[in-house]
Amino acid sequence: MSQKFDVVVIGAGPGGYVAAIRAAQLGMKTALIEKYIGKEGKLALGGTCLNVGCIPSKALLDSSYKFHEAHESFKLHGISTGEVKMDVPTMVARKDQIVKNLTGGVAALMKANGITVFEGHGKLLAGKQVEVSKADGSSEVLAAENVILASGSKPVEIPPAPVDQKIIVDSTGALDFQSVPGTLGVIGAGVIGLELGSVWARLGAKVTVLEAMDKFLAAADEQVAKEAQKILTKQGLDIRLGARVTGTEIKGEQVVVTFSDASGEQQLTFDKLIVAVGRRPVTTDLLAADSGVTLDERGFIFVDDFCATSVPGVYAIGDVVRGAMLAHKASEEGVMVAERIAGHKTQMNYDLIPSVIYTHPEIAWVGKTEQALKAEGVEVNVGVAPFAASGRAMAANDTAGFVKVIADAKTDRVLGVHVIGPSAAELVQQGAIAMEFGTSAEDLGMMVFAHPTLSESLHEAALAVNGHAIHVANRKKR
Amino acid sequence: MAIEIKAPAFPESVADGTVATWHKKPGEAVKRDELIVDIETDKVVMEVLAEADGVIGEIIKGEGETVLSGEVLGVLNEGAAAAAPAPAAAAPAPAAAAAPAAAEDKILSPAARKIADEAGIDRNSIEGTGKGGRVTKEDAVAAASGKPAAAAPAAKAAAPAADAPVFAAGDRVEKRVPMTRLRAKVAQRLVEAQSTMAMLTTYNEVNMKPIMDLRAKYKDLFEKKHNGTRLGFMSFFVKAAVEALKRQPVVNASIDGNDIVYHGYQDIGVAVSSDRGLVVPVLRNAEFMSLAEIEAGIANFGRKAKEGKLTIEEMTGGTFTISNGGVFGSLLSSPIVNPPQSAILGMHKIQERPMAVNGQVVILPMMYLALSYDHRLLDGKEAVTFLVTIKELLEDPARLLLDI
Repeated sequence: MSQKFDVVVIGAGPGGYVAAIRAAQLGMKTALIEKYIGKEGKLALGGTCLNVGCIPSKALLDSSYKFHEAHESFKLHGISTGEVKMDVPTMVARKDQIVKNLTGGVAALMKANGITVFEGHGKLLAGKQVEVSKADGSSEVLAAENVILASGSKPVEIPPAPVDQKIIVDSTGALDFQSVPGTLGVIGAGVIGLELGSVWARLGAKVTVLEAMDKFLAAADEQVAKEAQKILTKQGLDIRLGARVTGTEIKGEQVVVTFSDASGEQQLTFDKLIVAVGRRPVTTDLLAADSGVTLDERGFIFVDDFCATSVPGVYAIGDVVRGAMLAHKASEEGVMVAERIAGHKTQMNYDLIPSVIYTHPEIAWVGKTEQALKAEGVEVNVGVAPFAASGRAMAANDTAGFVKVIADAKTDRVLGVHVIGPSAAELVQQGAIAMEFGTSAEDLGMMVFAHPTLSESLHEAALAVNGHAIHVANRKKR
Repeated sequence: MAIEIKAPAFPESVADGTVATWHKKPGEAVKRDELIVDIETDKVVMEVLAEADGVIGEIIKGEGETVLSGEVLGVLNEGAAAAAPAPAAAAPAPAAAAAPAAAEDKILSPAARKIADEAGIDRNSIEGTGKGGRVTKEDAVAAASGKPAAAAPAAKAAAPAADAPVFAAGDRVEKRVPMTRLRAKVAQRLVEAQSTMAMLTTYNEVNMKPIMDLRAKYKDLFEKKHNGTRLGFMSFFVKAAVEALKRQPVVNASIDGNDIVYHGYQDIGVAVSSDRGLVVPVLRNAEFMSLAEIEAGIANFGRKAKEGKLTIEEMTGGTFTISNGGVFGSLLSSPIVNPPQSAILGMHKIQERPMAVNGQVVILPMMYLALSYDHRLLDGKEAVTFLVTIKELLEDPARLLLDI
């Protein structure tokens, strides 16, 4: 007799576990299937984000930044120390502890919400049945009223640089180095490549980033991308654009990377190489041939605006479907689907999902870039407030970057907020909240912002849109 | 002005009812659409709502007294405590917040407040198109410059249908009658639909005998089981449509800019003719409704349309529409698609015709079906297949049960 559930979720990442919790809150009998075994040798919930993605990378970024500050900036404040040293195993162990705390926390939430967790590989069969294949070879079939597929994504592999997790690693391996590599190569100057490259660069590695595209951070606003490239290069990251890796060869404890760029074919040798060229949706062995669920031409599960697949009662969320591959997008989709199953008419606003890159300075944005608006033919007014003008940033010794607000020239409605600098993500979130309510630049300029804060720079940038920033010299129009 | 509070029109089989509960006392103020009194019949309790703002005057039929269909129960004195009237139920406004209660304070953004004050406009008079009816800077700017941003300013209660002019014998003069808001809006949307879409119609016919037999066999049992809701034809059509839409989701989709929006639900609009004109209330999530629920829903809409009580929320949205010209005798027609939907199903008069069945001439009750669709989104094959699916489901209702 197969167990029956109102909702069966495959995948316990930020999409899956959140969907499960919301479904349980709405009174539905919920099951969650996950197969990932963590470092402790036990089932670990939380998906890529908690285990080998967002959280561990942020832990390492913060640890390495503190080292960097101690090493480079303490003396500015009048603090003198002996030689500042970094014990990498301790740093990595702290990261592992944080991951353990969080995955334990998710497991506790499952218990608290009465969600049945199945350890094993989930597969959707026909008729909304889900097969759970366990490690010991046994399997169980669950009957479901509704199924939510949240199998997530995994790093893209490229044939010229096969990952062995020893010398050539992907993002997972890059979070577990036990010592600082002398030389580090990174293939891919995307979010993951830049973040991981930053961690080890701060700790002393000589980092070279090889990016195949000619444009740096193409998804970001051009003005921000240009500033980011300048600052990261000054920090010591050797960023090569238009560089296509054609082959790698392991030589002893190092790897020789062959690539070609504008200057022709070249070779560089590294102690470690991180492959961070993107992520692709995981659908391997997820769908039985007669499940009825269709994929789109890029291999994502095809869904409509409300994450419903081609099979009624089967939904898909997160990295396995279209849209930004971000944990918060997955979580909100999870909530939306759980609520829609319960009969609510919940929708998501895909246009105001913030993006963040956790380098230092931090980069974040929400809404449209100036170049995208220009391409659409929308006339805009732009306001920029550099952190160099911010008292709070000066006090914190963190003045690189700026806040940029873009508004429609005719209606003054804010269409994009872009920040590179301290607490970029937090500032952008403020912008996102205001944009959700249709704020104009003038509105933001009329609100009272606490002083001295970094948020004030958002206020100044909004004032600058219409030419009356107080603490920044306003550019004369035309 | 004194308005009579009347008992509603009772369903056919109900002779009389009893006044169950008066919710308002004489002298008590009442707002439009507020519940005044409940009338209990054999089958159902019916609510009587206030037709306008005012004060309850005299009560003629007290609690427990018997009343006939349409009988006068009491008097409502209009005006007195009336606040600004809500806008016409007919004009579909862009934001759901198109019916602001003038007494409540609206939420204005900081810039909107400033602009309103500078222009000398009453803050509460500006139509808000922002989230939850909030007044954005754009709304204030538009109000200040005199033209409405998107929504029309709050109108008085909808004017009754324009009187058809009566000409004395021998007249050759013309009479100008301005279009009612509803008529003008309907006109605008229809023209918009025709000029935006690549619209055309595909036709088919359906043998209604299986459904008619089903009805004849079960209609009494149905009525008994479902509290007086009668089994009509519309529920079968809605069910068949929902099933066909599930099988071909593209017919349930709409074009938005360069995107195709596939709706994960079926909200079926049912075109209803009222004294004021054509309105299309929407059955939400028809995919979850039983035949009885659909029939009850449509009957409810019909009653509300007649009384002018349909709300804007009830008439917005919809992913697909069904229109029935048959009630007036139309044999065949090509309905106009209701934007932003992509298709509309037209039902017509059931007419007995000689049909060829297995080489024999058989008289069958036939109905022509028309599906007008947006060719930008649907190709001929999809439209035709969709209509054929509906025909097949109707000609063999067992298919609905068996999902084939």
